[in-house]
Amino acid sequence: MTLAELKTPIVRSHREAAVRCRGLTKVYGSGAGTVTALRGVDLDVHTDELLMLVGPSGCGKTTLISVIAGILDQNEGECHVFGDDFRHMTPTEKTRKRGERIGFVFQAFNLLPTLTAAENVAIPLLLNSVRRSEAIGRAREMLARVGLADRTKSLPAQMSGGQQQRVAIARALIHGPKLIVCDEPTSALDHETGHKVMELLRDVALGEGRALVIVTHDARIFEFADRIARMDDGRIVKVVNDASHL
Amino acid sequence: MNRVALQMLAGDRAKYLAILFGLTCAALLVTQEAAIFLGYMTRTYSFIDDTRAADVWVMNPEMEFTDDAKRMPDTALLRARGVAGVEWAEPMYKGVLNIRMSNGHEQACSIIGVDDATLAGGPPQMVEGKAEDLRGDDSVIVDQAEANTRFARTSADGKTKIPLKLGDTLEVNDHRVRVVGFCRITRPFFWQPVVYSTYTEALTLAPAQRRMLTFVVVKAKPGADLNALCARLRDATGQAAYTSHDFRKLTAIYVVKQTGIAINFGIVVLLGLVIGTAIAGQTFYGFTLENLKYFGMLKAMGASDRRLLGMILLQAVVAGMLGYGLGVGGAAVFGKLINGTGLSFFLPWQLLVFSGGCVVIACLVPALLSARKVQRLEPAVVFKG
Repeated sequence: MTLAELKTPIVRSHREAAVRCRGLTKVYGSGAGTVTALRGVDLDVHTDELLMLVGPSGCGKTTLISVIAGILDQNEGECHVFGDDFRHMTPTEKTRKRGERIGFVFQAFNLLPTLTAAENVAIPLLLNSVRRSEAIGRAREMLARVGLADRTKSLPAQMSGGQQQRVAIARALIHGPKLIVCDEPTSALDHETGHKVMELLRDVALGEGRALVIVTHDARIFEFADRIARMDDGRIVKVVNDASHL
Repeated sequence: MNRVALQMLAGDRAKYLAILFGLTCAALLVTQEAAIFLGYMTRTYSFIDDTRAADVWVMNPEMEFTDDAKRMPDTALLRARGVAGVEWAEPMYKGVLNIRMSNGHEQACSIIGVDDATLAGGPPQMVEGKAEDLRGDDSVIVDQAEANTRFARTSADGKTKIPLKLGDTLEVNDHRVRVVGFCRITRPFFWQPVVYSTYTEALTLAPAQRRMLTFVVVKAKPGADLNALCARLRDATGQAAYTSHDFRKLTAIYVVKQTGIAINFGIVVLLGLVIGTAIAGQTFYGFTLENLKYFGMLKAMGASDRRLLGMILLQAVVAGMLGYGLGVGGAAVFGKLINGTGLSFFLPWQLLVFSGGCVVIACLVPALLSARKVQRLEPAVVFKG
């Protein structure tokens, strides 16, 4: 499938707001050591959309996805994810919602080294109290969807970087989250593998009303984005549909 | 997630083994040293254990332990016999006398003179000969273990040891006595060989003193309250009266106070606990710190603090149980191996509980410190590469 084929249906379906941020402000520290990471960020991410957050180091990208994913609280502003504002939830509720609704893909894969691929993929289900046997069965199916049907019993150390990231993608998707948050998913991979991982993300992760937010420095994958939001100094300075307009 | 926690723990072999090693060391050292200490303590009152017939001991109030032979007037015996609740009361002599062997060597021995008629408090287990033979003139029964060692004499060529035999004669204070039997006694803490005779014979052998009675051994009537009986005996005799249990305690406490043995063993036990805890604790804490990013990842993915605490505690408990099992097992094997040697070893269930408690501390302290670290962890750490 070509990139154009991958993108076509998604562009058509930008309708519902998956994430809606208004006036987000996040300040770290206090007194003289205060650092303002977000300065009134407004951002919408739609369902079936892949949005990339780009910008220089320290511009607030990671803080923004942390707030969107409910693992950091903003100081001011609102951030609704499928209608819920994490800031108004109790810690327990927040943890539960995060476990149900959000999938994570990390730069360093963060696969537990002593668990097999299937066991790693099954973790979100286990956290959601699914029985182990069922969780492992579903993890195998998900690994087959990302092209790793033959590596279910492999340990992370026995797999290449690209394969590990595929496992991480499978783990992010297994529990059917509505929002996938990816932090530099291709920065540890070579160009070709990075492309394959992005193709996989578009192919498997998008659809079913899901939204993807990817933080990246990797200009080689900008072409996979439906929209690109450029950040600088805690603000969204530009949102474009095409990387050439950045 | 419990299985994930255990896979995380066992997957890092080096750290896992180091944690197990630390906890095993702690359990082994605590259990083994405490068992040796308790073994020695039980030996301090082996004489009381071997005098099974006695429920209550009447003795000079200044006596502080079993071998602290201070005398009482003979009237104490007669007064004790008249106390309500006494089934029978018999005299006993206990003192240290020098025995000269046929080769001229002298050996200080603990002479126990028991009532001629009843032999109450006599040899606990005969190996050779009969206890009743003590009633014969100038007769003694000797601890068999000593017959082969300190009572043994060397052959004329000096090459072999000849053990003491039935019928051999010994000399005490210019009195000749004949060995009429060998008995087996509980190995004592005090070092003199034990020799049994009748009370009358013991008075003959011992240098004359105004008072010769060491103990009145009392058997209580069935159902009698021993503490109340002790109180009545104290009133009636003007002497001290202890139940066997209290006499054991008196002796053990005296030995502990006078020898500092408890402090020495206590230091070893404490060191074992501290070193084991330090090894296990540091490794466990390091293990958690190394896995911090994974805990952060789990936290981000929806694992509650409570669940993560549960995972860490499970890891600690499993490591603790394995370490405890290995340590206590090792101590038990050690105890089995030294059984029958001169070393002492006593492993009661209370000690197993105690060492279990020590291991719980050794694994829970680092686990809780680690859990605190994880609880304070911001899940946003997962985005830091």
